[in-house]
Amino acid sequence: MSLRIVVCVKYVPDATGDRHFADDLTVDRDDVDGLLSELDEYAVEQALQIADEADDAEITVLTVGPEDAKDALRKALSMGADKAVHVEDDDLHGTDVMGTSLVLAKAIEKTGYDLVIAGMASTDGTMGVLPAILAERLGVPQVTLLSEVKVEDGVVKGRRDGDTASEQLEASLPAVVSVTDQSGEARYPSFKGIMAAKKKPVQSLDLEDLEIDADEVGLEGAWTAVDSATERPARTAGTIVKDEGEGGKQLAGFLASQKFI
Amino acid sequence: MAEVLVYVDHADGAVRKPTLELLTLARRIGEPVAVALGPGAEATAPALAEHGAVKVLTADAPEFADYLVVPKVDALQAAYEAVSPAAVLVPSSAEGKEIAARLAVRIGSGIITDAVDIEAGDEGPVATQAAFAASYTTKSRVSKGTPVITVKPNSAAVEAAPAAGAVEALAVSFSEKATGTKVVARTPRESTGRPELTEAAIVVSGGRGVNGAENFHIIEALADSLGAAVGASRAAVDAGWYPHSNQVGQTGKSVSPQLYIASGISGAIQHRAGMQTSKTIVAINKDAEAPIFDLVDYGVVGDLFEVVPQLTAEVQSRKG
Repeated sequence: MSLRIVVCVKYVPDATGDRHFADDLTVDRDDVDGLLSELDEYAVEQALQIADEADDAEITVLTVGPEDAKDALRKALSMGADKAVHVEDDDLHGTDVMGTSLVLAKAIEKTGYDLVIAGMASTDGTMGVLPAILAERLGVPQVTLLSEVKVEDGVVKGRRDGDTASEQLEASLPAVVSVTDQSGEARYPSFKGIMAAKKKPVQSLDLEDLEIDADEVGLEGAWTAVDSATERPARTAGTIVKDEGEGGKQLAGFLASQKFI
Repeated sequence: MAEVLVYVDHADGAVRKPTLELLTLARRIGEPVAVALGPGAEATAPALAEHGAVKVLTADAPEFADYLVVPKVDALQAAYEAVSPAAVLVPSSAEGKEIAARLAVRIGSGIITDAVDIEAGDEGPVATQAAFAASYTTKSRVSKGTPVITVKPNSAAVEAAPAAGAVEALAVSFSEKATGTKVVARTPRESTGRPELTEAAIVVSGGRGVNGAENFHIIEALADSLGAAVGASRAAVDAGWYPHSNQVGQTGKSVSPQLYIASGISGAIQHRAGMQTSKTIVAINKDAEAPIFDLVDYGVVGDLFEVVPQLTAEVQSRKG
């Protein structure tokens, strides 16, 4: 019996670029290059490792986003995923996490799955709630924020390192997993992988295919509204001193003047 | 006045500071009703009452510790149905965000995470957030359902505001899903005796310039002289010099202390994403061109192995 793994990935604006908001207060995607969210690379990596351990497994990468988001799918395919699903629809512009999770859940159900894997958060919105919401929507266990993950005999096991304790978790499949950047270095696509990715199937779906009404998604349908986005004023230049033997004492003087000592 | 549910983060009855901060924000938009779950839930009442909770709903059951997240969502939902609040506020811990998000789905509401401020608005609470590594400040509202908002530590002052804090038992019936993810073992993190990183008023961080695990004691000594938490950059964590649980940055923890001291950290965007909302920023780095100096209120261009111990000694002597 084949293990069906769906990896949710996001195409995000490059954090090293100059990211900003568009006039409608959605993320401006035109000015900054996009790429596969770094934290999702760890999810792809864990999917590949789990698939390697399984007798028979198939990995589908799934994303919701504009045409360019195919780049994120291609990257995951070149790492070794088998096929891709791209949900694209003009009505999706401005969709928030509630709408996105609805679209993902429907697409996951349509694709068929035993295991859903996601990164711990996106590197643009950084909310970190999508995996838990997916588990809620799909009605399956959440095994989230794992720094180690394994699947054996229909059971997913993992370690969750929290602020106060480290927990060993276990749940039966089907389940939703999210992994942290501690789960293991993501592999680089090989030349062979990049060439092979060009031939791998990418299925396109729109809202109609998923039986989702346009008013449930998009900017109008969003569950949250951004009223304003203000660029933070550049910090006024601070005092910079060169240490000539008294740097530590001078700094102590500053800290005392600010009442930290 | 409308009631506002506040989810209580506590350890065996000891209420964590971010929850007390949340009560300050909750009082701006209504009357706080606290929800405390698990062992020691009732013991939280005096601290919550002192900071403005008119009521404390408590529940304890083995499910809260034995299974992940969902039992707590069931309980918070029970509280939501009992109270019909105007908003639900939850501390922005990893678990807090997951609990809040699942509740939001169940009650058909939008969610805002990592707010750094909340004010009352004409159309409900308005949350301030930092976006894109804190290069933007946004103001947002939940536009569908009852606002569910998670709030970052250090977003408000803890204020005493004595209220009744009447304890009431919360009746919870666990859903079938509650037992889906078993916690088969739990190892408490060894206490360092230092404040928790995300909650600390002062954070002292070390990076690549610390040049080895064996040198981190220099950073720790400064932290201890200031009563601070210790952070580390991704470079230091990836090199194995300091535990991942102390990583500050985009893929680690986001901190917003009163004072952030970066030592031997260049200030790559990855790191800045996790600390740029700190109120006062100080850096010590050999490289005068390091991007961290663009952010600082005070910077010292110099060798951290000279500057940091001198600073530590000076802090100690000034404290007498």
